[in-house]
Amino acid sequence: MSKKRKKELEEEKPYKKPLIKKRKPNRSIAGDIALYFFLFLVAFIMAFPIIYAVSSALKPLDELFKFPPRIFAQHPTTDNFSDLFVTMGKSWVTFSRYLFNTVFITFLGTAGHLIIASMGAFVLAKYEFPGNAIFFKIITVAMMFTGYVTQIPNYLILNKLGWIDTYWAIIIPAFASPMGLFLMKQFMEGLPTSLIEAAKIDGANEWKVFTGIVMPNVKPAWMTLIIFSVQALWNNKASMYIYSEERKTLVYALQQIQSGGIARTGQGAAVLVVVMIVPIIIFIFSESQILETMASSGLKD
Amino acid sequence: MKEYLQKYFILRKHNAQVAWKKAKNRKMCYLFLLPYFVLFTMFFVFPVVASIYYSFTYYNILERPRFIGLQNYISLILEDDIFLIGVKNTFMIAIITGPLGYIMSFLFAWLINELPRWVRSVAVIVFYAPSIAGNCYVIFSVFFRGDAYGYVNAFFMNTGIIDTPKLWLIDPHWMLPICMLVILWMSLGTGFLSFVAGLQGVDKSQFEAGYMDGVKNRWQELWYITLPNMKPMLMFGAVMSITQAFGVCDVTMALCGYPSTDYAARTIVTHLFDYGFSRFEMGYACAIATILFLMMILCNKAIQSLLRRVGT
Repeated sequence: MSKKRKKELEEEKPYKKPLIKKRKPNRSIAGDIALYFFLFLVAFIMAFPIIYAVSSALKPLDELFKFPPRIFAQHPTTDNFSDLFVTMGKSWVTFSRYLFNTVFITFLGTAGHLIIASMGAFVLAKYEFPGNAIFFKIITVAMMFTGYVTQIPNYLILNKLGWIDTYWAIIIPAFASPMGLFLMKQFMEGLPTSLIEAAKIDGANEWKVFTGIVMPNVKPAWMTLIIFSVQALWNNKASMYIYSEERKTLVYALQQIQSGGIARTGQGAAVLVVVMIVPIIIFIFSESQILETMASSGLKD
Repeated sequence: MKEYLQKYFILRKHNAQVAWKKAKNRKMCYLFLLPYFVLFTMFFVFPVVASIYYSFTYYNILERPRFIGLQNYISLILEDDIFLIGVKNTFMIAIITGPLGYIMSFLFAWLINELPRWVRSVAVIVFYAPSIAGNCYVIFSVFFRGDAYGYVNAFFMNTGIIDTPKLWLIDPHWMLPICMLVILWMSLGTGFLSFVAGLQGVDKSQFEAGYMDGVKNRWQELWYITLPNMKPMLMFGAVMSITQAFGVCDVTMALCGYPSTDYAARTIVTHLFDYGFSRFEMGYACAIATILFLMMILCNKAIQSLLRRVGT
């Protein structure tokens, strides 16, 4: 290749990414620095209680009660966690049973919610039929009040069904959470209708379209549904509907330990970390997918 | 008049027939929706109706519900002083933390929007983490401990602002402000995520068009371009924060105790728990639930009609 040709090629390169991004016209450097500073400050305030919780879980007992306190542990240990497991191991219902309860409830509740809500969301988003719009309106209204409003009648209903003091009292109502269906439906509306029509011309029925085409294309929404559902169920103390100790959830048992007073301070700090770490870690790993789903979360009139 | 009515009914009948035919064609749709519909009706729609029904009765689970008309509501509003404290507290919390949390959610979502990608995703985690951190808020009871070894007390005493330790979580004077602080700390929730995602989706070319048309600073950008584009997310965020603000109970119960001193940290939901699950006066508790329900729906509708005017 001749030199000339090389030069030509270089000239042909239409666009070279500039090293420093061109600034938007309406930004001043001073303003940006002030903003960064402000954001950093607020982020520190927001994160401080969580950092403090984690570090106090790592502190040995004498440091926990030290005054004036230090934010970070001087001699970090995992004693609090091992103490916690010893305490849990000595309890009448074993640790593994509590863990099983929570995992069982979370897993079944999430799976059922995912399947049932996305089936509903699919037809609400992609088909027109009488009652469609009204039903969706009712669902958005249902997002406007908290679960506390319906708690008492729910208790009575579950009682009639004979589900009080069983896992189903937590699992089945979790299937119908309006939030999941709402997000799923909004996300599915973004799918091109032509995709579905093409499949139909090829002779696929609704179920095939649903499982073969729609579901694989809305994976971000799956993740979001799973995360919201796991968060809700993992933190569910279930103390209203479940009385038997052997069916209580892990969070409930852990918080019992936490309320054990001064002697359990170290273990209490460990409990805080154990309880919060699961939702946060799941969120960290699925952040981009959740944000992708939330982009279509808007509530149109 | 008669003719008019006749015409009207014929039209309605025709419409119903068309709808029925359409529905018949779409049997599959109903089949798909059926499982969700049944469960949703059973656990969300029916309970609301049931709670309205029970609110007119005296019901203690053991005996059959006995119809007593408006008696529950009358005693709630005229005789139950503690309920009124609860209403006052709930409104205080909702009025202060609701809008503030909402504005905070939007403000921070907006501010982190222009950060580089990875900084932004870290920032989202930091801001969102408090709202999913389980019961991490109990750590505040360590900060606000009532003796001189509580960190906040110690700080204020060392700097000489106060000379005796304050009983932050026992003194009715301080309970609500501290609870509000904690609720604000946790208020960057689902709405915040929705804002972050929505801001990313705003069409970039609109900003360029805006610069051409003379948009001068960040605030004009915000008001004329960003906000109108974000309307659906703003609505969604509003729903989330109102629902959260009226449902406060976990934080007050964990920090100030249940019941709290002088009922100073009682909210409507705590009152509902008290009557529903401690005293088993289900009728009365349902009246509380119905009032809460109406308050939430009305507030949501009002805010939505307000938000429709944004950026116009």
